[in-house]
Amino acid sequence: MTAVALPILIPFVLIISLLFVKSVRWARVIAIAGSTVLLCVSVYLFIRLGSEKVITLNAGGWPSPAGITLVVDYLSALMLITASVLLLTISIYSVRFLSVSFDRPKFYLFFFSLAMGLNGSFITGDVFNLYVWFEVMLMSSFVLIAMGSRKEQLEGSIKYLALNLTGSMLFLAGIGLLYGKTGTLNMAHLAEILKNDDQAMLMNTTAMLFFVAFGIKAALFPLFFWLPASYHTPDITVTSLFAGLLTKVGVYAFIRFFTLFFVQDQVFWHNLLLITAGFTMLTGGMSASAHYETRRILSYHIISQIGYMVMGLGIFTPLALAGAIFFTIHNMIAKTNTFLISGIISKMKGTFYLKDIGGLYKQNPFLAVLFIIPAFALAGIPPLSGFFGKFMLIKAGLEDKHYVITTVAVFTGILTLYSMIKIWNEAFLKKQPDNAFNQSGKIKTGFIEVLPSVILGLVSILMGLFAATVFQYTLEAANQLIDPTIYIEKVLHTLKQ
Amino acid sequence: METLLAILVGILYTAGFYMLLRRSILKFIIGIIFLSNATNLLVFLSAGLVAGSPAFIKDGNMQAEKTADPLPQALVLTAIVIGLGILVFTLALKYKYFEVTGTDDLDQLKKTDD
Repeated sequence: MTAVALPILIPFVLIISLLFVKSVRWARVIAIAGSTVLLCVSVYLFIRLGSEKVITLNAGGWPSPAGITLVVDYLSALMLITASVLLLTISIYSVRFLSVSFDRPKFYLFFFSLAMGLNGSFITGDVFNLYVWFEVMLMSSFVLIAMGSRKEQLEGSIKYLALNLTGSMLFLAGIGLLYGKTGTLNMAHLAEILKNDDQAMLMNTTAMLFFVAFGIKAALFPLFFWLPASYHTPDITVTSLFAGLLTKVGVYAFIRFFTLFFVQDQVFWHNLLLITAGFTMLTGGMSASAHYETRRILSYHIISQIGYMVMGLGIFTPLALAGAIFFTIHNMIAKTNTFLISGIISKMKGTFYLKDIGGLYKQNPFLAVLFIIPAFALAGIPPLSGFFGKFMLIKAGLEDKHYVITTVAVFTGILTLYSMIKIWNEAFLKKQPDNAFNQSGKIKTGFIEVLPSVILGLVSILMGLFAATVFQYTLEAANQLIDPTIYIEKVLHTLKQ
Repeated sequence: METLLAILVGILYTAGFYMLLRRSILKFIIGIIFLSNATNLLVFLSAGLVAGSPAFIKDGNMQAEKTADPLPQALVLTAIVIGLGILVFTLALKYKYFEVTGTDDLDQLKKTDD
């Protein structure tokens, strides 16, 4: 079905049209309209899944496994929808918050090339093609993070670039070895070949290259150091974009690879995943509690929450995987929302440093409500979305007798709550300290400024209220991952005829 | 031949990672070039070397043993192009950084870490 290619083609068309747009206003209109269309297409694909289970498209008409196959299953579709919601809200947010010093029409150009790489990674069914989409995404993120060229920004970009490039090289090296050993790069074909592989040890070296490469992308312990060193340097719009989307692609690749074809030596890989997940949660959560700059706190949080997602993959039961996917969706929404609100706070107060701000609860109660929704969602307080994600993961951990990782997960939950309460106390409850940014009285926020946070906040609440419905879909996705027979059949059906 | 090239890949990786760990940004970039070429060579070698035979033969008279595998060659082409793009960006970033700070020393990059 041709519609499968639309999540890649629409951003491509938008990039081309943005090349010729000089006015900021038109670029904004194109960005918001384009992301809305992307969202509609993702929802359409998701609805089509109801009857078809897995939708495939052989790009260029080459039969798989010779050509590149685009595949949409429930996991891809859920990620596509979440990503498009974020793209839409961030394109609205950028109207007011994008730094004026930028060449703003060009920002939208790279915004959509990032979106193209992102969507491509979610729907491709070919390992090398995934590498290409990763590079598309990486290149646009390099440009976005360096945009503005302030000193610390360039410094952050060099660190970001260094580790991510090393990750890409390892990824490519892994692809080379994988092709050498199996003779194919089509994911479904790989799954079929490796399913009955009795030389698990030989695949482990290759899988380890992928593990490290995706570990760098997803910011896993001990490979996460690029993230806190760079995420607080660029414009807040760019940071919000990265925070919700980039690391999650790494997690997506982890889930895809380690459920579909690296399934030979399960004991080793699942233990390794669980150990790294535990350390990721702890180090992220603890480092977050030591900081007083909102963006830094939230950046360390991204890391600690990646741990939960990988934990779900490591436990590897349908419930755990469903929990991991649920948690990923929830986290993308809520995490981006907290970054957006920290941007609003800094625009009001002129700083991200918590010691210099305060009294926001009295000055703008509505903003306080907006902040408390994603903050409580991240901390895991019912009835918001985060509670159900954590609940599923912890329940799955207890059912499968992984007591250590479950304890760590609960403990990290407390750390998260602590950091969120810290931001709440410092920014909202505490009195405004006497300093240069001193402002008293009410501060108004415009409708467009808060609209993205309102949308994301509503999504968090609705995900909590209708958790059962969302869970059904994530469970469907998890079942497709644990038993990939339909995936393999659908992609390779041309072979069998 | 394959053994020799495999050793070369190893040497390139060693040199690349050594250069990555140097203090100068320019040496860091040279390290990236080494790594990128080592990886390309590795991908190219992945299907094994078939000496003196083309990847495609006219008129469909193809035998698997006598033709080289075209796929790794295609992959390497793509990877080289991507590598080139990234290299150019890295150089531009280095130039900009030098322009703003006037230093090429990676040890000066401590401001965003604490």
